[in-house]
Amino acid sequence: MTKVSMTVNGKAVSAEAEGRTLLSAYLREGLGLTGTHIGCDTSQCGACVVHVDGKAVKSCSVFAMDVAGSEVRTIEGMANADGSLSVLQQAFQDNHGLQCGFCTPGMVMASAALLADNPKPTEAEVRHHLEGNICRCTGYHNIVKAVLAASGQDVPAVAAE
Amino acid sequence: MHNFEFVKPSNIADAVQAMASEGAQALSGGQTLLPTMKQRLAQPETLVSLTAIPEMQGVCMGEGGLHIGAATTHATVAQEAASLYPGLAALAGGIGDPMVRNRGTVGGSVANNDPAACYPSAVLASGATVVTNTRKIAADDYFQGMFTTALEEGEIITSVIFPVPAKSAYVKFNQPASRFALTGVFVAQFDTGVRVAVTGASNNGVFRWAEAEAALSKDFSAAALAGLSVDASEMINDLHGTAAYRANLVKVLTGRAVTAAR
Amino acid sequence: MPKDTGIGASSKRREDVRFLTGVGNYTDDLSLHAQTHAVMVRSTVAHGRIVKIDTARAAAMPGVLAVFTGEDFAAVGGNPAGWLINSRDGTPMREPKRPVLAHGKVRHVGDAYAAIIAETYAQAKDAAQALSDDTQIEELPAIVDMKAALADASNRVHDEIPDNLCFDWGWIEDNRAAVDAAMQAAPHKVTLELTNNRLVPNAMEPRASIGEYFPGTGDYKLTTTSQNPHLTRLLIAAFVMGIPENKLQVVAPDVGGGFGSKIYHYGEEALVLAAAKRLGRPVRWTAERTESFLSDAHGRDHVTKIELGCTKEGDILAIRTETHANVGAYLSNFSTATPTFLHGTLMSGPYKVPHVYVNVKAVFTNTAPVDAYRGAGRPEATYSLERVIDMMARELGLDPFEVRRRNLLTPDQFPYQSPVGLMYDTGNYQATLDKAVELGDVAGFEARRAASAAKGKLRGMGLSTWIEACGIAPSNLVGILGSRVGLYDAATVRVNATGNISVMVGAHSHGQGHETVFAQVVAEKLGIPESSVEIVHGDTAKIPFGMGSYGSRSLAVCGSAMDRAMDKIIAKGKKIAAHMLEAAEGDISFADGKFSVAGTDKAKTFGEIAFSAYVPHNYPLETLEPGLEETAFYDPANFTYPAGAYICEVEVDPDTGRVEVASFTCADDFGNVMNPMIVEGQVHGGVGQGIGQALLENTTYDENGQLLTGSFMDYAMPRADDVPFYTVDASCATPCTHNPLGVKGCGEAGAIGSPPAVINAVIDALHRGGITHVKHIDMPVSPGRVWQAINA
Repeated sequence: MTKVSMTVNGKAVSAEAEGRTLLSAYLREGLGLTGTHIGCDTSQCGACVVHVDGKAVKSCSVFAMDVAGSEVRTIEGMANADGSLSVLQQAFQDNHGLQCGFCTPGMVMASAALLADNPKPTEAEVRHHLEGNICRCTGYHNIVKAVLAASGQDVPAVAAE
Repeated sequence: MHNFEFVKPSNIADAVQAMASEGAQALSGGQTLLPTMKQRLAQPETLVSLTAIPEMQGVCMGEGGLHIGAATTHATVAQEAASLYPGLAALAGGIGDPMVRNRGTVGGSVANNDPAACYPSAVLASGATVVTNTRKIAADDYFQGMFTTALEEGEIITSVIFPVPAKSAYVKFNQPASRFALTGVFVAQFDTGVRVAVTGASNNGVFRWAEAEAALSKDFSAAALAGLSVDASEMINDLHGTAAYRANLVKVLTGRAVTAAR
Repeated sequence: MPKDTGIGASSKRREDVRFLTGVGNYTDDLSLHAQTHAVMVRSTVAHGRIVKIDTARAAAMPGVLAVFTGEDFAAVGGNPAGWLINSRDGTPMREPKRPVLAHGKVRHVGDAYAAIIAETYAQAKDAAQALSDDTQIEELPAIVDMKAALADASNRVHDEIPDNLCFDWGWIEDNRAAVDAAMQAAPHKVTLELTNNRLVPNAMEPRASIGEYFPGTGDYKLTTTSQNPHLTRLLIAAFVMGIPENKLQVVAPDVGGGFGSKIYHYGEEALVLAAAKRLGRPVRWTAERTESFLSDAHGRDHVTKIELGCTKEGDILAIRTETHANVGAYLSNFSTATPTFLHGTLMSGPYKVPHVYVNVKAVFTNTAPVDAYRGAGRPEATYSLERVIDMMARELGLDPFEVRRRNLLTPDQFPYQSPVGLMYDTGNYQATLDKAVELGDVAGFEARRAASAAKGKLRGMGLSTWIEACGIAPSNLVGILGSRVGLYDAATVRVNATGNISVMVGAHSHGQGHETVFAQVVAEKLGIPESSVEIVHGDTAKIPFGMGSYGSRSLAVCGSAMDRAMDKIIAKGKKIAAHMLEAAEGDISFADGKFSVAGTDKAKTFGEIAFSAYVPHNYPLETLEPGLEETAFYDPANFTYPAGAYICEVEVDPDTGRVEVASFTCADDFGNVMNPMIVEGQVHGGVGQGIGQALLENTTYDENGQLLTGSFMDYAMPRADDVPFYTVDASCATPCTHNPLGVKGCGEAGAIGSPPAVINAVIDALHRGGITHVKHIDMPVSPGRVWQAINA
């Protein structure tokens, strides 16, 4: 075991890790940040997405040691400073973009990365961008709608019904 | 997964030294290696991260074409190669998903040579050169069948040099679950002729479709493929597609790539 | 003007805030002092006799605290089937023991025969590998194909069951001869053989369980991913482990989706409890996704021959089906109800069909158990029926819309006694069909088809008019049909002294939004703000005995219990108000949160009554107990019958066989709608899963019983770019006639109605494109299958 340090949600942190400790395990078990979820073991589901140095990554497919010293942001760090929901989080609630909530942290983190790069994505761009995030509850309708709404765009009529 | 010693050298020489130890394995983006290790299919003693070596990063034009550092991520290639080699940038921008593209690297993909990976088709169709810490390997010599390459034990890919064709395109048909290429075709038109490389389809890994190259070198249009057919006997037959289906895809996608080539 | 609170309002979900900020509380999120980790050791062969398990090396490995094998549970009971089915000849189904850990034989890949408990997960995992290496299993030929299983009596999944047959069920057996005669006499007969593909539910949260034992009191606590904590407690207490029910607390905290797969009790739950007692420390287990694929109950897996007799004009005269239903290696809790009473009873659909007979043979195989998955039996019935009706229309050269109109029940025919045993209370199937035709712009189809053709794509349109029976279920009826449990539900409404309310409910929310919707229902009836109502669920120590959530039952059954409990609260409130207002009880009315004396302006607010109940200074103590808390159990009088019409449009790429869903339109009748936003979300999710079944998802075992689709790398889950925006509507409501809220249930609808609409659209596209030799393609209609069918 070695102490691995990084910055998580703006705070300097450190926790014990082995070589094989995944970033997801470091966050969940080492730091108690259990908002990042594990839904598969093949890097497919995207429930574990976090940002490392501003880029979305699957934290189950990154070793903690490999990102030592990085700036990490997790779902726990996405709300506004006063604790209120961010525009994107609020759009997920307003548009019923989540049901069981398990994939939600990954969806929010992946969507936040999209909007940072592409503030006004089309529906097709949103769908394509989220291909690495699996949701079993929503049929994706309201997730896509939420991301479009968060971007400040009009939601297509069919989705607005 | 089994435990291992993790090292992260900051230059190629240190990386080469670390790779010389018993049971050492190079780690680049890890997007294929980590799932493999979780299944205990790979059990390295030492994992050598190659992502902190500055000379293995970046995209620039140089002698022989576009030089891409082996540890450059797909996302970076998609962005930085967009005006320099659009077909290649589009391929990089379509690998996996955004998170995979933020970690996965060209070197990792080429070293692993997964039969369903996208990059090998671009390397082969471009007639690229795989540069390692010891030598330069021509693409035609580099790929030696599924998961098999010309790399020696401990050898590290440091960059790949892509000659830039006049026109090119990559068209991929996704395996619906993994979203790897069920079949992917990269078409590159050079002044000297056309190269067509196919990934995902063959039991022998990425390959060049010689008949199509000949036909397209004469007439660079989808119509030029009309009389050709692909031998299904060498094609992969699995639950996602029969050999005959893949053979059909090779032809259909080649035509679409020609039409899409810019 | 839409309401902004109470029944009918699209209230935002209160549970979202914790999920959106990463502070939900799923089972694997819990961390307990001195916890230990369990890893299951699973069979790598489909069928084998356990020769020897040498535990010595694994037990001595670093950190290992205990090793369990089937031997440790040989004396305890098995996990039972919840429903007894009798075969056509009257004999009861064959019911093999399902042990906590496999004992003697392993019966499917992933069948757990041992477990390691260690200080860390990694240590347990290392020891599990060692134990697997030190286990000798004599491999036996795998039984995978159902028909082969029935044909070979020498090779048996369970040694005591000679032909691998669980039951051979006829519904309704007494009608068989009449149905045969009607079929014989029909002017036209359509026959279709089809497969309802095997699915893995794949809730995004893998199963997880934590066992605790408290030696001071002898109490156990199980925290687990369950849709129904009381049912799990009952099964563990009464059948599997013999723990007294009052010594076992089962908690299902935030649960990340279920879709049926978390209804059932699984061996890991018993294991962590037994291990916690032996070690005196908490024991936790969380499935890896690969384990979920191997060991969660799968869904569907029917092979069906359906025959339909009709007139040349398209009047349906008779329907006859023969189905082989795979139950896998063991009977999961509702596995025998799913292919029978949740399937055969729906085989007349929303149509007036005089003669219907259903035969189902349930077969044991060396595959994972198969049980209810979203829709459970009803999607199988709907798929068979809607495909064969489409085929009938095509064979007769009739319009598929008109054929359905011709056969749909009409509003004046309710209540309707179906020939397969159900009494439909109400519906208006023409209305939902008309609505779907309007919203789906059927009139504009030809222009869209031409636009697709210009791009080289074949466009087709498919229809499905469906019905389901849900709101499961009247206990006396299901008891007659073989259920071993009652299917009522329960709610306790506790009005606190300060006037806010806690409602403890037996239903469990794992994505459905009960915390929000149930509060809307309570707020509406009691005339108080939604924010004053808290819904408590998922903990047997807090809630009354309820049966949990599945079968689109939560509002119809538990919501009704809640309504009844509120009736009692209001009745008691009136007594208190009468005393306080010095009026006759009969003169007190309750509305808008106030108890008033008729014809006067004298009134007490709900809060004043609540306060008086807990500070009973001015209170009729001689005739009335203090406090304001009531419980009601509600047992429904009938199933509910949601119905609807779904229209799907697809584009087929004839060169690659790829099918894209271009649009999907749903017009549903769910009765009264409590929260439109949530109801729409339920339909979206169901349709997403139905499109997944139709186009993408398939569970494949090879001839050796190895699971070829054991991860998301090979099992294709629908992604955001596989589906379109859906058009959904629930305005054609005919309220349920027998529950107080008039609700029918909406959770499963999307998954029931959508698969046949997709497949009908694909076949339509091919025919309109001139590819008329393709009569049917089995799900999933993957690109390879479509291309092969086109080029056959």
